[in-house]
Amino acid sequence: MDFKGSDTIPGPRAEDQLPHTTQAAAKIVIVGGFGVGKTTMVGSVSEIKPLTTEETMTQAGIGVDDNFGSDSKTATTVAMDFGRISITDQLVLYLFGTPGQQRFWFLWNGLFEGALGAVVLVDTRRLEVSFDVMGRLEERGVPFVVAINSFPDAPRYPIEELRTALDLAPDIPIMECDARRRASSRDVLMTLMRFLHSLAMTGSRT
Amino acid sequence: MTPPQRQRRNPAPEPAPQPSQEGEGKPNPERMYVVAGPDGERAELDLVTLIVARAADPPPSATPEQAALLRLCAAPLSVAELSAYLSLPFSAMGTLLTELLTAELVHARSPIVRQAVPDRSLLEAVMNGLQRL
Ligand SMILES: Nc1nc2c(ncn2[C@@H]2O[C@H](COP(=O)(O)OP(=O)(O)OP(=O)(O)O)[C@@H](O)[C@H]2O)c(=O)[nH]1
Ligand SMILES: [Mg+2]
Repeated sequence: MDFKGSDTIPGPRAEDQLPHTTQAAAKIVIVGGFGVGKTTMVGSVSEIKPLTTEETMTQAGIGVDDNFGSDSKTATTVAMDFGRISITDQLVLYLFGTPGQQRFWFLWNGLFEGALGAVVLVDTRRLEVSFDVMGRLEERGVPFVVAINSFPDAPRYPIEELRTALDLAPDIPIMECDARRRASSRDVLMTLMRFLHSLAMTGSRT
Repeated sequence: MTPPQRQRRNPAPEPAPQPSQEGEGKPNPERMYVVAGPDGERAELDLVTLIVARAADPPPSATPEQAALLRLCAAPLSVAELSAYLSLPFSAMGTLLTELLTAELVHARSPIVRQAVPDRSLLEAVMNGLQRL
């Protein structure tokens, strides 16, 4: 790899530096199908301009039934946007906007295993694209909440009808949101935290 | 109009079935990035492991790549951010950081990971932090 040289690397702005007291970071994932608003949600709550980490996926990782078509023998670059929220001077929270296809998840070690929980972003125009990811989270025991990103031309269903359609366990929160609005995205994260807190009160769900 | 219908799934028995030919699930062994932790213990490198340089300036012996990383983490910075700023894939960070940890040029602060029963005081701290957003 041709390295650019250290003088050309832009780092975090001075105001974006974490204090030296920062002891540890936790992460949550925002997962959903193509174009559902993952990057928008990360950007609306992040204190830094969202950044992107990339990973290369080689042949072995590419399934046969995907849409890479004739390029399926070559390596594919998978990008993941992320942002950050400082919680205290010792704790920082990272948010990762992760593509819905599970074959991408293993590229980043511990992404789902270590996440405190997940937000599943859903678009009611294409509800079924989030079915698989929700099932995978259930199988892996990753607690999640569902946020319906309200696009203007999307069909609107009563929230209880969506709960039934998504076959959500009764305790799993489901809510509408506008990923472009910080307050709305913050409410979604808050709902996830309250849900995780309720799991802590009742013991883990198994 | 009625929405399409999903069927809930159950937690997979441990260990979860992982068809290796699909490349899913269990990370490929070459993707298990093991680095020396602060007390010489071995830890997996996580996207949100925090890296901090031990000295103010990179030593003259550092490669340009190492020097760039050391300058970036004068203050704590996650592996994800380092990967983004250096335009290096996450997998390349493992090698680079293992060198720097072995040379005792950086500290690594382990991430907080999900526990079977969530840590209530952690969640309360996060809720308070979000409230201030
Ligand atoms: N009306 C409306 N538009 C939104 C909302 N959230 C996102 N959008 C728009 O939807 C488009 C896709 O949003 P992104 O945030 O890029 O979606 P994404 O999930 O990151 O997309 P990929 O990374 O390409 O899968 C953008 O043009 C957004 O401006 C929302 O809550 N309401
Ligand atoms: Mg995106």
